Amino acid sequence: MNWLRKNLVVIIGLLVMAYILIPNLVVVVFSFNKPTGHFNYEWNQFSLDAWLDPCAAPGMCDSLGLSLWIGVVAAAVATVMGTMAAFALGRYRFPGRSSTNLLVFMPMATPEVVMGASLLTLFVSVGLESGTTTILIAHILFTVSFVITTVKARVASLDPALEQAAADLYATPAQAFWKVTFPLVAPGIAAGALLAFALSFDDYIVTNFNAGASTVTFPMFVWGASQRGIPVQIYVIGTVMFVGAVAIVGIAQAIGSRKRKVDA
Amino acid sequence: MALVVPGVRPVKRRAVRRWGTFTPLILLAPAMLWLTVFFVVPTFSLASQSLQTGDIDNGFVLTWHFQTYAEALGRYWPQFLRSLIYAGSATVITLLVGYPLAWFIAHRSGRFKTMLLVLVIAPFFTNFLIRTLAWQIILTDTGPVTGFFRATGLIHVLQWLGLVTSDALLYSPFAVISGLAYNFLPFMVLPLYTSLERLDLRYLDAAGDLYANGWNTFWKVIWPLSLPGVVSGTLLTFIPAAGDYINSKLLGNTQTVMIGQVIDAQFLRVLDYPTAAALSFILMATIIVMVGLYVRAAGTEELV
Amino acid sequence: MVEGATRKATGELRLVELFREYDDFVAVNGIDLDVPPGSFFALLGPSGCGKTTTLRMIAGLEEPTSGRIFLGTDDITNTRAHQRRVNTVFQSYALFPHLNIIDNVGFGLRQLKVANWKTKAMEALELVKLADRAKQKPRQLSGGMQQRVALARAIVNEPEILLLDEPLGALDLKLRREMQIELKRIQQEVGITFIHVTHDQEEAMTMADTVAVMRAGRIEQLGEPAALYDKPATAFVANFLGQSNLLPIEVTAVAGDRTTVASHGTSLVVESGAIPTEAPDGLRLGIRPEKLRLVSANDSVWTNKLSGEVTDASFNGVSTTYLVRMPWGQELTVTQPNDGTARATLGEQVTIAWDPHHAFVIGAD
Repeated sequence: MNWLRKNLVVIIGLLVMAYILIPNLVVVVFSFNKPTGHFNYEWNQFSLDAWLDPCAAPGMCDSLGLSLWIGVVAAAVATVMGTMAAFALGRYRFPGRSSTNLLVFMPMATPEVVMGASLLTLFVSVGLESGTTTILIAHILFTVSFVITTVKARVASLDPALEQAAADLYATPAQAFWKVTFPLVAPGIAAGALLAFALSFDDYIVTNFNAGASTVTFPMFVWGASQRGIPVQIYVIGTVMFVGAVAIVGIAQAIGSRKRKVDA
Repeated sequence: MALVVPGVRPVKRRAVRRWGTFTPLILLAPAMLWLTVFFVVPTFSLASQSLQTGDIDNGFVLTWHFQTYAEALGRYWPQFLRSLIYAGSATVITLLVGYPLAWFIAHRSGRFKTMLLVLVIAPFFTNFLIRTLAWQIILTDTGPVTGFFRATGLIHVLQWLGLVTSDALLYSPFAVISGLAYNFLPFMVLPLYTSLERLDLRYLDAAGDLYANGWNTFWKVIWPLSLPGVVSGTLLTFIPAAGDYINSKLLGNTQTVMIGQVIDAQFLRVLDYPTAAALSFILMATIIVMVGLYVRAAGTEELV
Repeated sequence: MVEGATRKATGELRLVELFREYDDFVAVNGIDLDVPPGSFFALLGPSGCGKTTTLRMIAGLEEPTSGRIFLGTDDITNTRAHQRRVNTVFQSYALFPHLNIIDNVGFGLRQLKVANWKTKAMEALELVKLADRAKQKPRQLSGGMQQRVALARAIVNEPEILLLDEPLGALDLKLRREMQIELKRIQQEVGITFIHVTHDQEEAMTMADTVAVMRAGRIEQLGEPAALYDKPATAFVANFLGQSNLLPIEVTAVAGDRTTVASHGTSLVVESGAIPTEAPDGLRLGIRPEKLRLVSANDSVWTNKLSGEVTDASFNGVSTTYLVRMPWGQELTVTQPNDGTARATLGEQVTIAWDPHHAFVIGAD
């Protein structure tokens, strides 16, 4: 009884982890399925077909390439703009600072469907044709606020004495920035960039409003498939993305901890 | 002591800030321009759209037709209310299950901390839609989950609560809410984790020392200190959940339609732009008012 | 531009009519100061007195509103922080968390393009006895060690002047005492001019050879620690540097080097030289508690005597401190060494006495 009371939080925590991970496990398992019909809902037979020919589903790999490209470009632009703004907000006091913060917060507080709709009305009224450009504009818009928030937290937690110490030790303002400030803020920038990419890559609702008829991103392809029939290859991509993300972060962590050990 | 000594007043004054005053402006310019052109301007264009009349073939004219709002609300209030209820329920569930998980990761996971954090975030990288499709598989009629609910009689509890209408779990309010809760759970866990991780465990000893029992320690010490995390977590869950329609479309039925679905259909299929714009505005206004009241009630200024 | 690190240090600092004003208050209100080369100089004062602002202006981290700063004969007022051969030990140490200890210490040398920076940095670490920690990150070190790294990082550049901004503030008492001695040793070893900002009077007096007491943006008094302590010029200095008993006095007669004064009707003798020439009104006589003696009531040796009742006695080991109430209500503090003589008891009528040579006189504020 006492044991249960002490470890209740651990047990609940593990159960919730299971809740988070079971759908991913299902995705992994069903990537090896050989379904009977168009829909991959029931386990039928083990097969490597989808893994051996991941691009067999027509249009899927194109849409995947497009989504990766949009994700990278949107994340790059949002990270540059967001980082600049984060430095301004995290370190300077200036008139209009609080309304600027509000402007940054508002897109995060706006439901995607509203953002998608309002962008569409703008694009329609100025006659900008929907396509990759409009998707990029939209993705940069809803990721930049997340980048700003992430990087700003890092900038604000920086001790201003560090940069002064650099100046005191003969570093010009530019040298102080690149040798001290930037390396210290870099983890925040990396986190912001990764978040921006993930949000862009994952987005369906805003994209669907602004993609037009002929531009199909990966989430749009999945959506379409969920209506017509789901190719097993979708689960292969889901598995690769999941395992890849875990592996990348895992490797980064391992390198980080090894470096720490070497330092010590 | 005299503050001004004759003869030693500053002779020459130099501007202390120099061009540094313009630095924040230059740094802010690109992002703020982007947000203004593609967020503020569209918001106004949406506002204008909601007050126009006409149709897609003959074009829309701004006629200050406020009645669209009344008509839209009159027709779609059930979907609207449902969205708020579903999003609210999902938020409460994520808070209830996310809190123990965040505590577990922050203070009880030892050397597995980083790994667990990675596993909380990793589902993000599997597409949102793919994960929701996985829920279809999990809740399918012939699956073990449905079997479990039927065998234990829990299905009758859900029926009594109105969360399922038949003896199936899929395509029901239950499926939609659990899908929403699942999809937005990481948004709850991460801010909670950040707040709880910062919490010095010595506070608990101090509280115990001052004769607080477990429950009192939680309510009087841990909960208030984790409030910033609770506030940003609930906002990050509730706001996107209220506008979401993927869960209700993939896991629900015609009786679980949420407002996002209506807006999407009005815009992209019915092509009734004014109604869609009015609904968007009502949703946004409701969320802003609720967030404002909530943040004030929680007494924290730190947003996200 | 910065010249090579090998440049001969002059280490002489001169501040001329230095002002620093903010929107709503004046932080530094006209400072004129000469710091001789090789000295250990302390800027002492309560928080908000402008001492840190002064230090930051010398470092180049803050610009004066007006006035000049000279390093030797060079006017450095308009140069930036990175152009000044001045280094700072920051209050928070400000060690770069992403660099290990040797890279922290070598940061300035590498900026100065010193070829054998690594050897020099190791030497500096040896000086502060941390050579074995060179490869560690700052967060792996204790507060005291970080403090020494910050010191090494500054002195390794052989600056003309080393600025220390409350460098011992974050350390516990025992460590602080050790570091005071250590800092003094290092200063004598390297011979660089140290300017040390602190609010701790004991720290300033222990370490510095010259102390400037600051108040409200100005230097109130400047001198050697012993001179400041024994002959404070103002009530502020008298009370900031230890405790003082202050009695209002009026001059009644001057006879050579002895002046007779009256305080609350009692006639007292002071040295004529102690009376300030410029402020004859509102004079006060000051005596440190440890300069007062408890004597017998019919004593005839001491010239200056007052009688009162003991209202409080606290025993602190080496000494006992009494509060003695005077007939006019004022309580004087008297500290007696515990040298075996009888201790006074609460409520006892006692006579206190002092040597005129041990008293000082200050004018009105």
